[in-house]
Amino acid sequence: MTQHAEGELSPEVVMAEMKKNGVTHVVWLPDSETNFLYLLMEADPDLDLIPVSREGQAFSTAAGLTVGGKKPVILIQNTGMMESGDSLRGWGLSLNIPVVMMVGYRGWTRHGVNTDTAATYTERFLNAFGIQYYLVENGEDAPRISVAFEEASRTRRPVAVLVGDEYHGFNR
Amino acid sequence: MIDTAEMLQAFAPHRGDSIVIPGRGGRHWTQISDQPNRDLPVGDPAMGGHASFGLGVAMSLPDERVILFDSEGDILMNMGALPTIAEKAPKNFYHFMLDNECYATTGGQPVPNAKNIAYDVIAKGSGYPATYAFDNLEDFATHLEEILGQPGPVFVALKVNPEVENTPIGARVRWQTRSRTQVIDDLKGELGIEGP
Repeated sequence: MTQHAEGELSPEVVMAEMKKNGVTHVVWLPDSETNFLYLLMEADPDLDLIPVSREGQAFSTAAGLTVGGKKPVILIQNTGMMESGDSLRGWGLSLNIPVVMMVGYRGWTRHGVNTDTAATYTERFLNAFGIQYYLVENGEDAPRISVAFEEASRTRRPVAVLVGDEYHGFNR
Repeated sequence: MIDTAEMLQAFAPHRGDSIVIPGRGGRHWTQISDQPNRDLPVGDPAMGGHASFGLGVAMSLPDERVILFDSEGDILMNMGALPTIAEKAPKNFYHFMLDNECYATTGGQPVPNAKNIAYDVIAKGSGYPATYAFDNLEDFATHLEEILGQPGPVFVALKVNPEVENTPIGARVRWQTRSRTQVIDDLKGELGIEGP
């Protein structure tokens, strides 16, 4: 296992949250914030990775998987999430799909000045769609991922986890 | 050109216990199907998503044959779904595509380069192991057994007559008899699938 600085969000912790919540499929499109998970997911025989080439496809794919009784998670970046508004509305919200989307929060800065419009509009976008979201910046925040899964299941709605961290394990 | 209702009538005897996602053929299929609880007539939740939805259903239910009637307008919106389907290669997935060369529900405006796209070639180039294209019902009916008798994913492009709607959406007669949620719950009940 790779050593991580104390407190940072390790891929192993995120994977453990996925396993704890019974995730069967990961519908994903690579981005820098969530890249750290890729090698771990690929090596896990219990996870089926479904690569998409446009983020909107992730919502319809997840809807189909859910109809068949599986438990997908969506792994995308905030830029692609915003491009996917109609798919989120139609295939996620209108079909009552209880899916967690882990969204790489490109541009997120807790204390600095935001210079990336991708970050500027991320939470506004989620609020416009009435999507509940949880910010995960480090290992201590990881239990919020389970909170998101529980909420998605209980409300039969998509719930977002904003991953405000990046690059750990990027070049493994 | 093929009449969509006649095409679905020809398909019906071959359906067996397949799960059918009727897509743009929904209005006809709901009149034809003899197993509505194995159908997923979800209408048009968001254009362009049917192929990926079908992939998800097929991957989640590998022991069921899953048949999708997609459209060329949907495919054009999300052509990138085809390589994903080809990569995951669900052996139980049969992807039919109705090509009426236009956006029929908005008045019949042509899709881009409407008459000159070889969708079967695009699917083949995306990695589908088997693809077909038909522009008449007789050829389609002759090949149906062969199409459904081989492992998926199989892609079948069908030139169909446009059924253009020119009335405001609010004035159209709804063909759906069940809500989307009810459709999904009925399928889950039929297959014994638990959970939300």
